[in-house]
Amino acid sequence: MELMPESVDRRRRQERAGDTDVPAGGALPETALAAVGQHGFGVYVHVPFCASRCGYCDFNTYTPAELGGAQPAGSYVDTVRAELALARRVLAGAPPRRVDTVFVGGGTPTLLPPGDLGRVVEAIDATWGLAPGAEVTTEANPESVDPAALRALRSAGFTRVSLGMQSAAPGVLALLDRRHTPGRAAAAATEAREAGFTHVNLDLIYGTPGETAADFTGSLAAAIAAGVDHVSAYALIVEDGTRLAARMRRGELPYPDDDVAADRYLAAEAALSAAGLSWYEVSNWAAGADGARCRHNMLYWTGGDWWGLGPGAHSHVGGVRWWNVKHPSAYAARLAAGTSPAQAREVLTAAERQVETVLLRLRLAEGLPLSTLDDVGRAGAVRALDTGLLDGAAYAAGRAVLTLRGRLLADSVVRDLLP
Amino acid sequence: MPGSTSPASIRNFCIIAHIDHGKSTLADRMLQLTGVVDARQMRDQYLDRMDIERERGITIKSQAVRMPWQVREGGLAGRQIVLNMIDTPGHVDFTYEVSRSLAACEGAVLLVDAAQGIEAQTLANLYLALENDLHVIPVLNKIDLPAAQPDKYAEELANLVGCAPEDCLRVSGKTGEGVPHLLDEIVRQFPGPTGDSRAPARAMIFDSVYDVYRGVITYVRVIDGRIEARDRIRMMSTGAVHELLELGVISPEPTKAGALGVGEVGYLMTGVKDVRQSRVGDTVTIKGRPAKQALGGYKDPKPMVYSGLYPMDGSEYPDLRDALDRLKLNDAALRYEPETSAALGFGFRCGFLGLLHLEIIRERLEREFGLDLISTAPNVVYRVIMEDGIEHVVTNPSEYPTGKVASVYEPVVRATVLTPNDYVGAVMDLCQGRRGTLLGMDYLSTERVELRYTLPLAEIIYDFFDQLKSRTKGYASLDYEPSGEQEADLVKVDILLHGEPVDAFSAIVHQDKAYNYGVAIAAKLRTLIPRQQFEVPIQAAIGNRVIARETIRAIRKDVLAKCYGGDITRKRKLLEKQKEGKKRMKMVGRVEVPQEAFIAALSSSDSTDTRTAKR
Repeated sequence: MELMPESVDRRRRQERAGDTDVPAGGALPETALAAVGQHGFGVYVHVPFCASRCGYCDFNTYTPAELGGAQPAGSYVDTVRAELALARRVLAGAPPRRVDTVFVGGGTPTLLPPGDLGRVVEAIDATWGLAPGAEVTTEANPESVDPAALRALRSAGFTRVSLGMQSAAPGVLALLDRRHTPGRAAAAATEAREAGFTHVNLDLIYGTPGETAADFTGSLAAAIAAGVDHVSAYALIVEDGTRLAARMRRGELPYPDDDVAADRYLAAEAALSAAGLSWYEVSNWAAGADGARCRHNMLYWTGGDWWGLGPGAHSHVGGVRWWNVKHPSAYAARLAAGTSPAQAREVLTAAERQVETVLLRLRLAEGLPLSTLDDVGRAGAVRALDTGLLDGAAYAAGRAVLTLRGRLLADSVVRDLLP
Repeated sequence: MPGSTSPASIRNFCIIAHIDHGKSTLADRMLQLTGVVDARQMRDQYLDRMDIERERGITIKSQAVRMPWQVREGGLAGRQIVLNMIDTPGHVDFTYEVSRSLAACEGAVLLVDAAQGIEAQTLANLYLALENDLHVIPVLNKIDLPAAQPDKYAEELANLVGCAPEDCLRVSGKTGEGVPHLLDEIVRQFPGPTGDSRAPARAMIFDSVYDVYRGVITYVRVIDGRIEARDRIRMMSTGAVHELLELGVISPEPTKAGALGVGEVGYLMTGVKDVRQSRVGDTVTIKGRPAKQALGGYKDPKPMVYSGLYPMDGSEYPDLRDALDRLKLNDAALRYEPETSAALGFGFRCGFLGLLHLEIIRERLEREFGLDLISTAPNVVYRVIMEDGIEHVVTNPSEYPTGKVASVYEPVVRATVLTPNDYVGAVMDLCQGRRGTLLGMDYLSTERVELRYTLPLAEIIYDFFDQLKSRTKGYASLDYEPSGEQEADLVKVDILLHGEPVDAFSAIVHQDKAYNYGVAIAAKLRTLIPRQQFEVPIQAAIGNRVIARETIRAIRKDVLAKCYGGDITRKRKLLEKQKEGKKRMKMVGRVEVPQEAFIAALSSSDSTDTRTAKR
């Protein structure tokens, strides 16, 4: 049973050139350890379980049927704690630091009882200590939380909830295989605020086949009416291997249309900014000052360090990226054997770091200092400025910041700013 | 013994047949019967040397084999004869080479598939044979096939050649049935060669091939006099003198000999490295005692069809040049010169005898030299006379002269189409649509019709053969030969991308077809070129006059808006993949065009009559 995912993992590993094996204990190079935490330190916890698989989803998550029976929840938390112990050993040689952000994602974290999620946060606190004012987020599906559960999460130390709303239109939810009713997500957001969460996010997906402009403006209005301080809006991406992709290939559904996606994005920007939420990353809007932004995600985008716990979780420490084996059984087996669950790692070269800096920072409202670009990149920046993709005032102040049209063409601007 | 064979004991002949009518198989049987190849060494299509020849079942280079034959029956029974079988190339592109091979023979075996009947190529080659005063023996092949109708086709063949149906021999190249009798008849019916053995030597070159180890091997038929192994030979068209290194006959492997006398067929080796030194149709004489008058019929091979060849990967340009230099050694008709295309980069404008020739060269470049190539749509050679009297020869549409054109001439061919009479209307409709002029029409039998047309060559190299086949359910056959030129109402259509002409898509077309061409290619490009950050007009224009227009709308969204969480690696690899894609883009002005778009746009108009030659 457990051998198969391992062999699949091995095959995948060979496909990615430049990746290297990870030492059994997961030890990191000293140069990486020395740099830990300079731009913040976070912990990601992956909960790879869902009650059912949504047709568009290619995340690393498993239904009970796929796992061949129920997984005792308690044992999963214990396994994660085993990785945490390993992480503590690996980082023992690094300068001491506290945890600025925790993010529990999935999958569906709220399939675990609030008490289990609380034990994970407790364990992280016991390992490295949570910094004062640390951001502790969990993702939640609207149908898997209720006021009591939300209150329990709040008292377990969570400070922020991110709800997968996707849409308020029944047809869109059905096409995406989402199980909650149209009004449920906004209601859950209200319940979260009542349970004491000041920071609540709603995730939206736009561009689903069959979604009308009115469907999407309705979803935006519902999210805004729920009074949340953060909205993420993502374009539907059809990933290979999903049921949705198969249906499109068979011609049962049309492929998403980029022009429609552009219209939806503009609608999101208009509605959210009118409601006092401003963009700080291409797909993310937050209320007021910095407080509402997702600090954990900012860590990803600004070169911060984090340890990713759980099957398939990605980590970054001091210029080394690695990812765990994907299958929960393989993951548990590795930890039970006392070895690192990391499947492979890459040690970033200076050039790769530069690419990542441009790729990630250009998507932020702060943008990118022009001084980080080489000659080719600066020439590209001038072209982007001339064609209205970069903001003139920011450029004059020495930064590359996307205009609204530039946000829609961010990938081509990135390609132009890189050698 | 070569060099001392009496002309009366020599029979020089060739086999003319349509593709697939079994010429190579019949030749294989003859090789076996005469004992020059034993069963152990036998392989199919023994004489076809190149892989491409064997795969496509066509002969590109001719060969001559000397076979001893003791007559079995009839009045000459017991006589020992030398048979020289000269294999002829079997395709329209090589008509000139065919005519020289025929000129080296006294007789021709006209081979027709007993299940198929006469085809256009049979007819064309028969006319060529008759022009060369060859005696013809009509032969029906494949009589072992269940579908064979030898009586029916004997009738047809007899009408054509002007003999009685019972004069048509019946053989099976596959089983060997009737082949000994055919060889006896060759001896009985064909005359032996005649020539003046005392005159200064004159030998006609009917083929020359380049061999890496031995240099150029020249195949000749001695007409007058005698060539000895120690002679110094002279090429009469150029006056060049070469030392003979070796001389001999092919039987079927090269066998050294001391001399070649009147009527004999053999090879000469001089150590020369380039077949251009030894041209088909030229006359070889002896330096010490040269002939005064060359044999008639020599022509310089002239390219009829041009195409640009470009390496897919620009860095392979030097490799392409080296490969062409190598192929040239073995191909006197191949022409090429460097050219630069704004769209495709550095490449070569190459001249070919025809489409098959083009495809063979292209395939050899890809197969033997490992090159990935893009070829532009083939075009013919135009003669453009300006109002001031200056004449331009245009081999590349993008070099079509600007300014006041007085007249344009295009090459035409005389085409022969054979078709079952049910499809006469369809064929005429096709030929009319391709600006054809009907020259004549004959019923070869009650079901089979021969149509003769003058057609612009340019109309044939497009997709004529495919169309002909599809309109006649595959039954029609086509042959053609160059037939001069005609004045025509031609214009150059340019394709402009965002106002910039794309040289690779310029085409010279008839005035009446310019609009359709422009609309079609503009529409095709619109689907092939990805959207850019700005709106891109695609225009087809004659001079400054736009005749068709399409627009590629500006791209509005090019951003990955998905939550990838902490998997930054995936994001970066995606970007790297996008950047790889961008590197394969060619810039036309400000427009990024993927190389695949050029290939796709060029390839659909690249359908030729040769790909389907052997089904």
